[in-house]
Amino acid sequence: MATHPGGLTTVAPAVRIAELTRSYDDRTILDSLDLEIRAGEFVALLGQSGSGKSTLLRALAGLDGEVAGTGLIDVPGAVSVVFQDSRLLPWLRVHDNVILGLTGPGAAEQGRESLAEVGLAGRERAWPNQLSGGEQQRVALARSLVREPELLLADEPFGALDALTRIRMHALLRSLCDRHRPAVLLVTHDVDEAIVLADRVLVLDGGRIAAEQLIDVDTPRNSADPRFAEIRAHLLGALGVTGEPREPREPRERSRD
Amino acid sequence: MVATVGTRTDSTSSAPARSSLRTRRRLGPGRPIRFGPTIGPLLLLTVWTAGSATGLLDERVLSAPWTVVTTTGELIESGRLQANLLTSVQRVALGLGFGVVLGTALALVSGLSRWGEAVIDGPVQIKRAIPALALMPLLILWLGIGEVMKVSTITLGVFVPIYIHTHNGLRGIDSRYVELAETVRLSRRAFIRRVVLPGALPGFLLGMRFAVTTGWLFLVVVEQINSTSGIGYMMELARTYGQTDIIIVGLVLYGLLGLLSDGAVRLIERRALSWRRTLAD
Ligand SMILES: Nc1ncnc2c1ncn2[C@@H]1O[C@H](COP(=O)(O)OP(=O)(O)O)[C@@H](O)[C@H]1O
Ligand SMILES: [Mg+2]
Repeated sequence: MATHPGGLTTVAPAVRIAELTRSYDDRTILDSLDLEIRAGEFVALLGQSGSGKSTLLRALAGLDGEVAGTGLIDVPGAVSVVFQDSRLLPWLRVHDNVILGLTGPGAAEQGRESLAEVGLAGRERAWPNQLSGGEQQRVALARSLVREPELLLADEPFGALDALTRIRMHALLRSLCDRHRPAVLLVTHDVDEAIVLADRVLVLDGGRIAAEQLIDVDTPRNSADPRFAEIRAHLLGALGVTGEPREPREPRERSRD
Repeated sequence: MVATVGTRTDSTSSAPARSSLRTRRRLGPGRPIRFGPTIGPLLLLTVWTAGSATGLLDERVLSAPWTVVTTTGELIESGRLQANLLTSVQRVALGLGFGVVLGTALALVSGLSRWGEAVIDGPVQIKRAIPALALMPLLILWLGIGEVMKVSTITLGVFVPIYIHTHNGLRGIDSRYVELAETVRLSRRAFIRRVVLPGALPGFLLGMRFAVTTGWLFLVVVEQINSTSGIGYMMELARTYGQTDIIIVGLVLYGLLGLLSDGAVRLIERRALSWRRTLAD
């Protein structure tokens, strides 16, 4: 493995996936996929719609009990998931949503701190449907980080937000991750989002990691930076968005008849 | 309904004369009328009073409103009304209590495990298909004609809507919330307390409203069979003496009790489901 930004070259991987295969009925979605994520590393996963990003993430989260497949998945004990919908329980107040499932005397205080961290101090007693979409997603972030995860899995967490809110959420997520240092796997379909946030960007295509790109753009990352543009062009190319339409690449050996 | 819409059309057609700019055709029934719900009943009361005063309504067919009022006073003075009311309320309360516990417990078992559903759901559906009052001959044979039979009949009637609606509520809980519970590693206990029960609450409360109605309905029936106390007994006795005034007192009591209990359930509903209405008001 090459040298990564931050100089963390020899840390044991937090996540190790080897020869992961997943299929629905007869369609192979993930095809002998290999992936490693180091502790504290922020990895973004790009891929066309239907390429299997969510399938991979759900496999890592252990949420795919009914899906057929084989392979090795090695993840830390503390894993948090952020979904595209905030998935707050509407009948629990914001604070109770954050500390859902936490036990112990410190939980309430941790919940308050976590809410303050995402800028929602004072909204503890609000009902989820009194919050805007961005605020709800911040509560979901607080809920995932209050558990001090070693791995944070996020499936298009900002996909349903407006552009302005999304930019604010990027800064928030980045600062939260810098503070808590979980390994992150962020699924997104937004190339710029991936470049702004990640240490490393992967492209999922044909059931495996088809491209990998270290992000060595100076921070704060600006899309006007020539290096930014270069990486974006490269990633768009890997995604098959070259300006001219093309047939989506299918998972290999999909149909053998 | 037709009448309301008709009235509305009349008023909109005259509206352009007042302000041509703000006129917009409304398809709804229009603004609510002040004290609207009381208009119909007051009208009925007026017709009744007029009928009695003019002698068009025979006392033996329907007692005059003032007779009913004085009779109520006498019944309260003698203590008959309170005693019978207490007995009736007790029967319904017991039947509702047992029925709610039974229905909720069965719904939980059946909603949380496939085996529970396999064992419980079928028999309840069969029970539902049999008109509950058709079970009374059997219940009388088994339990006699005393309080046990009366409360059991109400219980058996009440638990069905509670079961059906709570079970529906449980089955309707969004699977995404179940998934969330898994990712935050909720214990089974916490899962039931934080996800299952609140998720099934709207269904349960809907069942509760049906259950209350059913409770009073069944009370009427059991009280008219071999009773020696209760509002139904009081009315049945009045029938044998042709006292329409007492029968009407009983009817009014049943009506008030039904309205009150439905109002109570709705109040609980508003409080317990306050999280739902926060954007609406
Ligand atoms: N539960 C399912 N049953 C059958 N097919 C599914 C199921 N979930 C996803 N798929 C299929 O698997 C493919 C990958 O889905 P997904 O991982 O959700 O893609 P992505 O998140 O990259 O858009 C899609 O073609 C989708 O239709
Ligand atoms: Mg997806």
